[in-house]
Amino acid sequence: MALEVMARAEAPIPLDVAFTVAPGALLALVGPSGAGKTTLLRAVAGLWRPEAGRVAVDGVTWLDTGAGVDLPPHRRRVGVVFQSYALFPHMTAAQNVMAAMDAPDGAEAARLLDLVNLHGLADRRPAELSGGQQQRVALARALARRPQALLLDEPFSAVDRATREKLHAEVVALRAHLNMPVVLVTHDVHEAQLLADRMVVLAQGRVVRAGATAEVMSDQEALRAMGIREVAAMLPATVAEHLPYGMTRLTVADGALYLPRIDAAPGAQVRVRIPAHEVILSRARPEGLSAQNILSGQVVRTVPGAGPAVMVHVAVGGHEVLARITRRAAGQLDLQPGMPVHVILKAMSVARDQIAPASPSR
Amino acid sequence: MDWTALWLSLQLAGWTVLILLPVSVLAGRALAAREFRGKRLAEAVVMLPLILPPTVFGFYLLVAFGRDTFVGQIWQTLFGGQLVFSFQGLVVASVIFNLPFAIQPAQRGFEAVSRELREAAACCGMSPWRALWKVELPLAWPGVMTAMVLTFAHTLGEFGIVLMVGGAIPGETKTIAIAIYDRVQAFDDRSAAIMSAVLVAISLFTIAVTFALSARVGRRLG
Repeated sequence: MALEVMARAEAPIPLDVAFTVAPGALLALVGPSGAGKTTLLRAVAGLWRPEAGRVAVDGVTWLDTGAGVDLPPHRRRVGVVFQSYALFPHMTAAQNVMAAMDAPDGAEAARLLDLVNLHGLADRRPAELSGGQQQRVALARALARRPQALLLDEPFSAVDRATREKLHAEVVALRAHLNMPVVLVTHDVHEAQLLADRMVVLAQGRVVRAGATAEVMSDQEALRAMGIREVAAMLPATVAEHLPYGMTRLTVADGALYLPRIDAAPGAQVRVRIPAHEVILSRARPEGLSAQNILSGQVVRTVPGAGPAVMVHVAVGGHEVLARITRRAAGQLDLQPGMPVHVILKAMSVARDQIAPASPSR
Repeated sequence: MDWTALWLSLQLAGWTVLILLPVSVLAGRALAAREFRGKRLAEAVVMLPLILPPTVFGFYLLVAFGRDTFVGQIWQTLFGGQLVFSFQGLVVASVIFNLPFAIQPAQRGFEAVSRELREAAACCGMSPWRALWKVELPLAWPGVMTAMVLTFAHTLGEFGIVLMVGGAIPGETKTIAIAIYDRVQAFDDRSAAIMSAVLVAISLFTIAVTFALSARVGRRLG
């Protein structure tokens, strides 16, 4: 019971986009401002009508311009978290949540507020809540609608970085409870990479690239469209122990990573974002290096890009690490698919905000 | 002290407020939240009574309400009475003349409710009527209340239009403002002074009540 979206328009911006989101999956719409991300989200919610379009979810058609179907927003079971939250200022947190229910249910509101980690703040008004807390109320309110599709419009852009990291972790944890399609609009590629299963990269109202997050994030073309040069891979890991000198040891597929201290208990599953340009490859196991992190893997393939660099995909225990090295270095190493290589990584090149809790497996 | 005139004025002001309350809510909301063709024109027409001299406005209404006019005929058929020189005619004139006082502050009130908030209400599953009742009206309420207070106070004091459309028939169209004028003409300064003082007291009381209610709404909204 997926969410299917197709929209075409000339104004306010030229738009020609189609995508599908599976139930329980999180799709990120990524692109620069003005690319049409929010407009597309508004079309799904019924707040904007494209010249031609179709929106269907769970077998219910919300919009079909061809058939003359266009349900108003309040007739669509949609949960929306707005960029500025749009909480009702005259209602308490609990009343805000209940406002989205067909029949107000205080117990259910309390359960939802607990779910988004808002304990004991049910009677506060929005003005008495911090940005992060307001964001959580907005999320609980969107869920209170029992939506067939959950839409998040740049929900983390108005909070400070520390709060944002915390909210990211909470969203990842929350996803175990969500069985509807989720669409996240963001201009922050890192955020999309941390949270999304699939990505649709938009530029000027058109799809530049769509696909699984790891796939899109290793695609030079797509990254250029997003205005980033910095390619990175996500590597699942487990927190093993916290060490002196503010370090944490993580175990990955067949090795260990030593990184600056991570705020997670030993045993926690995390994902580490490894920037491709920070990775060094070596055919022999290196010795006498200051770099602490050496993982062994096999070359999967080498993808040439524009300019002097190539992207080497290296399999490390069933996951891919990307290394951006020069053509010349690749030639000298004579990298061939299947060849064993060692991946060398500086501990400090993995910043704290590049670690995310693991998403629930699906 | 002409109690009949005071009672008549209060009735006139009450009816005007009662009729204009839904008008101010619906028109104020439409002008604040919607874009439609002729919106500027509608705003200009609403403003008209503010610019025209009451006597001139009253004269045109008198002409339009006459027994032989279209409006007068329709009124006659519907209610079996005439519009000019009657209390009903005063109410109609007062409603028209108070449109800017009722709609403008309400419009300002509704403009304080952001588009995102209205959209959030819709996305919470609220129908437009429910959203108006649960979200927009509570937030726009200070504006709507200001509109009603202005309308009430303004109707109590209105002179030119009332005289033109209604004349000065005791118990029918002779309001307190006209009674004051009447007393002054008759060199009965004492009665005029008492009635003026009563009007001042009512006005002050109205303002005080408004401020108290506004403060309560303000506290409620945090």
